[in-house]
Amino acid sequence: MEEILVLSGKGGTGKTSIVGSLAALAEKKVLADCDVDAADLHLLLSPSVKQETEFWSGQVARIDRDKCTECFLCEDLCRFDAIEDFTVDPVSCEGCGFCSHICPVDAINMEENMAGHWFISDTRFGTLVHARLGIAQENSGKLVAQVRQQARKIAEEQGMDYTISDGPPGIGCPVISSLSGVNLALLVTEPTLSGIHDLERVVEVCRHFGVPTVVCINKYDINEENTRKIEDYCNSRDIRVASKIPFDNAVTEALVRGVPVVEYDKGRVSQEMGKLWHNISGMLKNGGKR
Amino acid sequence: MIISVASGKGGTGKTLVATSLALSLKDTEKVKLLDCDVEEPNDHVFLNPVIDGSKPVHIMSPVVDEEKCTFCGKCAEVCAYKAIAVIKDHVMTFPQLCHGCGACSYLCPEKAITEEGREMGVVEWGQADGIDFVQGMLTVGEAMAPPVIRKVKEYVSDGGLTILDAPPGTSCPVVETIKETDFCLLVTEPTPFGLNDLVLAVETVRELGIPCGVVLNRAGVGDNKTEEYCKKENIPILLTIPLDTEIARQYSRGVPLVTGMPQWKGIFIELYEKVKELTDGRNPGTER
Repeated sequence: MEEILVLSGKGGTGKTSIVGSLAALAEKKVLADCDVDAADLHLLLSPSVKQETEFWSGQVARIDRDKCTECFLCEDLCRFDAIEDFTVDPVSCEGCGFCSHICPVDAINMEENMAGHWFISDTRFGTLVHARLGIAQENSGKLVAQVRQQARKIAEEQGMDYTISDGPPGIGCPVISSLSGVNLALLVTEPTLSGIHDLERVVEVCRHFGVPTVVCINKYDINEENTRKIEDYCNSRDIRVASKIPFDNAVTEALVRGVPVVEYDKGRVSQEMGKLWHNISGMLKNGGKR
Repeated sequence: MIISVASGKGGTGKTLVATSLALSLKDTEKVKLLDCDVEEPNDHVFLNPVIDGSKPVHIMSPVVDEEKCTFCGKCAEVCAYKAIAVIKDHVMTFPQLCHGCGACSYLCPEKAITEEGREMGVVEWGQADGIDFVQGMLTVGEAMAPPVIRKVKEYVSDGGLTILDAPPGTSCPVVETIKETDFCLLVTEPTPFGLNDLVLAVETVRELGIPCGVVLNRAGVGDNKTEEYCKKENIPILLTIPLDTEIARQYSRGVPLVTGMPQWKGIFIELYEKVKELTDGRNPGTER
């Protein structure tokens, strides 16, 4: 079983639109949405939720004001400035529990924290594992790990060939968490200076964790000079450019209708999506090599 | 005045709004721009700042003196992040998991644990065309953005205008950036993805009690459901930027909107006036 993760560094380059199309093109796969704090893949796949599970993670300190002697020790020692006027700000509290250990009168309790939900859903393209992080919650990395683990487990149980995961933007904790066990990271970029800058950072992260990469340049024709820069960069780093997708309003039109673009029309974008899947599935058969 | 620029969905135009707002106001206000998207900072691509200085961001993590250690296991017991483990007569630390809370060193009965700063990012500052510029950059391979964001936010000005460019999403790096700001501009695009993530971003700013308004970018691209949502939720749309190939072309080259198309400058000044009205003219610099 091969695990594919779609990343970009920069947000809004087209990760989810591409994953939606790969969902329609690939056979025998389980889908996962690892962008747990701004999940969008469900908008293209119309899932029906089969199982909803609460995600409990981390703790939050709570001060019992009846016991508190207002000694200020917790306030002085908290590194996250989460305690003020003998009250814990749950948003700033990182759940370390230091305060509860040092309180001389045992006035501080650590309470379990419900950090979100995760779901197993049916879609017309197969099973989707997705999640929703609670508002202003931490631990997105742990929720991502949960989504990835479930997707892998279901794919193994169902004898699938692939998991295809829509990744979060950035290079931090949820991205690192998504990368675990991945055979190939598809990096979606756009020919803008910021897109190129962010691509370079996400390439470094994938290399750091030893995950092979392949690049797709989305909306390549909005600035062909920058597209050449990306191709040169990829060449210099020995990264294959598996596809160059043209700008086409069909992508947004499909999105407004809530379907992947390959189901919406058979135009240039859809043809290029087909080529993309052909190339990356070929690479995976070849052990991640180009 | 401290204005944060956030979005929920990535790639909707936070950087475009933050840089153009800063450039439009630099002649009339003391403007500081803080790029808090420390995972993928992009403001520098548009502003080409002259960097005057930088300093590493350290997170404190434990160092165990095994001569003093009795392997009692207290440190592992109190660590909420499983960043320290005692295996027989050896203590292992996992610095990437450590949040630097300091519990292990404080609570060690033998005083065998000291803390050492581990570099996990950098803060840089300088000048960009009359704007005080600060950015943070998370080291590749590091997971935790908030400690770097906290260091960037130490440069928030008491007076003048500070603009904070937030990362995408709605989780801890976003919360760290927008909390204690006076107003949050939420940049979105009128597509189902943009709207879905705008709703989440609005819930987050409301949870934090921050007043917000919307900048609608690439107007005309999708549908009108975002406008309907804003109307229903009573969220003002403070600026509409149309879908325009010239704007996209300037952006792709790293040219700020108000530099490439100066006719937008007055519109961004107007945006700031609207934000000032909505924050009721209160001067937060004096409140802190």
